[in-house]
Amino acid sequence: MKRFNIKIWQLLLTIALLAIWIYSYIANTDITNSVVASGMRFGMPLALAAMVGIMCERSGVINIGIEGTMLLSGFTGFYIASWSKNIVVGLLVAILTGVLTSFVHAMMTIQWKMDQIIAGTIINILASGLTSFLYKEGSTIPNSWPIFDIPLLGRLPFIGHAFFTQQGPIQYLGLLLIPAIWVMMYKTRWGLRTRAVGENPGSADTAGVSVIKVRMINVMIGGAIGGLVGGFICLELVGSFSKEFTAGSGFTALALMIFGRWNPMGAFAAAILFGLAQALSTQLQIFGVTNIPNQFITMLPYVFTIVVLAVSAGKVRPPAAAGRSYEKEQA
Amino acid sequence: MEALLRIENLSKSFPGVKANDDISIDVNKGEIVALLGENGAGKSTLVKSVFGLVKPDSGTITIKGEVIEPGDTAAAIRHGIGMVHQHFQLVPVMSVVENIILGDEPHKGAFVTKKAAREEVIALSKRYSLDVDPDAIVEDLPVGIQQRIEILKALRKDIDLLILDEPSAVLTPHEIDELLEVIRKLAASGVGILFITHKLHEVMAVADRVVVLRNGKLVGTTSPKETDEEGLAQMMVGRNVVLSVEKGPARVKEVALEIRELSVKDDRRLDAVTHFSLEVHAGEILGIAGVEGNGQRELVEAICGMRHRENGSVRVSGKDSPDMDPRGVHLMGVSHIPEDREKDGLVSSYSIADNLTLNQFNLKPFADKGVRNFAARDEYADRLVKEFDIRTPSFQNSASSLSGGNKQKVVVARELTQNAHVIVASQPTRGVDVGSIEFIHKQLISARDGGAAVLLVSAELDEILSLSDRIAVMFGGKIVAIIDGQGADRQYIGRLMAGLSE
Repeated sequence: MKRFNIKIWQLLLTIALLAIWIYSYIANTDITNSVVASGMRFGMPLALAAMVGIMCERSGVINIGIEGTMLLSGFTGFYIASWSKNIVVGLLVAILTGVLTSFVHAMMTIQWKMDQIIAGTIINILASGLTSFLYKEGSTIPNSWPIFDIPLLGRLPFIGHAFFTQQGPIQYLGLLLIPAIWVMMYKTRWGLRTRAVGENPGSADTAGVSVIKVRMINVMIGGAIGGLVGGFICLELVGSFSKEFTAGSGFTALALMIFGRWNPMGAFAAAILFGLAQALSTQLQIFGVTNIPNQFITMLPYVFTIVVLAVSAGKVRPPAAAGRSYEKEQA
Repeated sequence: MEALLRIENLSKSFPGVKANDDISIDVNKGEIVALLGENGAGKSTLVKSVFGLVKPDSGTITIKGEVIEPGDTAAAIRHGIGMVHQHFQLVPVMSVVENIILGDEPHKGAFVTKKAAREEVIALSKRYSLDVDPDAIVEDLPVGIQQRIEILKALRKDIDLLILDEPSAVLTPHEIDELLEVIRKLAASGVGILFITHKLHEVMAVADRVVVLRNGKLVGTTSPKETDEEGLAQMMVGRNVVLSVEKGPARVKEVALEIRELSVKDDRRLDAVTHFSLEVHAGEILGIAGVEGNGQRELVEAICGMRHRENGSVRVSGKDSPDMDPRGVHLMGVSHIPEDREKDGLVSSYSIADNLTLNQFNLKPFADKGVRNFAARDEYADRLVKEFDIRTPSFQNSASSLSGGNKQKVVVARELTQNAHVIVASQPTRGVDVGSIEFIHKQLISARDGGAAVLLVSAELDEILSLSDRIAVMFGGKIVAIIDGQGADRQYIGRLMAGLSE
């Protein structure tokens, strides 16, 4: 009965959003396209950051260090690109940083069975401290990752302009990566094992699946994605490194993951919705809606997150083993 | 003939305990070997070593002449060993198919081939005539079916040896009969079976050979032909065990617990107990017999203030007891041995000493003016650990380090040493070995003789019959009959429990 209700809600929400989109598309195509496109532009990094959370939590590791992972990766990515004058090298270093950071997290939580929240906090504090301390003003990168159109898809009616033009590589990459993660999670052997490890590690262990290996690998794949996002934010979206540039987006991503019920496609939809709220608030500022103070308009996406989480909170059910280190039963 | 499984000189220690001490056992093809022993005798450790979940300190395990590398579950599975675990190792949110194929999934490349997996599960369930719905979600299924899934999981690998760790602990009598039938069939097809149980009549019914462990050591091997239940119990405990309970006549006094027109709903908000009235006198044991799920759990929870009473009253020693206030009910002199000791009886991460004083830690002598007196607590804990024979290296250890039966002893020790007027004992001996059962039974009877009113709820009809002065049979949330405990007819009660009138 409960499962059925949730589906009805999701369906209604989807229909309502589609209706609004189609209506405004017909009413004013250009503005609608640009709002949707910037929703995608804002939303995709968050969607990918939410994938980091999904990879970790589905295998039973709560990772609140996404924020720190992105911060560190953006930092190393940007300064290495600046030093080597090569943004490809910068991006690769960012990904590597993500993997290494998550490796540290994985060692702490999975091997040494440390409290996962504390481990994540350590990563965040470390990242914030290191990057502020080593920060140097005035560095530049030779060029940033370009924004481009996808040749054929960009001409598709309705969705073409909004999704397939004037986006950066991370947006297009995300459109491939997120469905791939979904397929991995629900259709492959690795996905089945990952979910089993996240729900009841004992069942996987007794079936001959190594809980530690599955968790380590998933957390590190998550780290690679986190590094990718951090790197692209500094090397494309913003084009520079500024202190604390993540500004809580790692935590927003976790909220979106919960809203999407630990499902990659769900989190993606949530992130795009959040991106749209952000795009809308920007649009409202451009149009100079002056009778509402600016602060309230910039608040919009966050209010949206809080409301959505509060509304859906009662019904969510995280992976049962998330947050608990696995120890074989004794005696 | 070469033995199928050969365990040689196996030893394993945990901090403070020698769980297995130089144990050697053989299991032959098609043979059913029962592993008996008290709680904490080292049975689970032994079978877990065989399955690679525990790495033994020394000794070898050989199957079909090949030595298995220790502490490697995957290797054990490769060598044809299957295991059905005491605590089901299933993923509740996944389907039956997904649970059965986990770890060795039918696949094409990286992808699971769902259709092939489903067909395989259907074929498997047909082959062993163990009926399951392949698409059902595990958490929606009753425990008997969940166990069937565990067995199918093990059978899927064409095993030579099947290990069952207390498979019948959570099953209803009917489900147990079915399980024993499956075990017999498997053995007939040539699978060697090693199973742990506490229930002696199961051993007598199916085992070819019985191996008994005590304190981590092998104390003997016998067979049902050579001995009887009393003999087995004696081997396990190392002394004479009286399986039938000795008790004098009840000296019944005034009404101590009075339940009037009580109605309670279950977790799904359906009527579980309706207009239930019952009186229990000081100095008697009143047993509630009934098939599980007929409102016993809800009744007990409502009496103890853990579940809302929709209607009616519960009076203790003539005074109304508060609704939804377990502490308040307890302070009126009601002790409660809960059905689920892990959930309602213990705080697993606390020490045994703290658990023993859990409902009086703030009272004298354990605390004075809001400051705890640890010396008094330790002295008390030390005494109870000895008195109730709780097997632990120290009462400072956490309750989670204890085996199931010893956890139960902690709960029983705490609840029966507080001179309660009313004792509500729900499944007081579930998952407990015969030696401890005898002990717990004696404690309940001495509480009765001390003038307490005992309300006993148990799924074991034998327990009800041997302890109760009066027996109330419960069916569909109501009492269908109250019978005198003396000379009560087992068959007649069985019919009443099944809802048949007379």
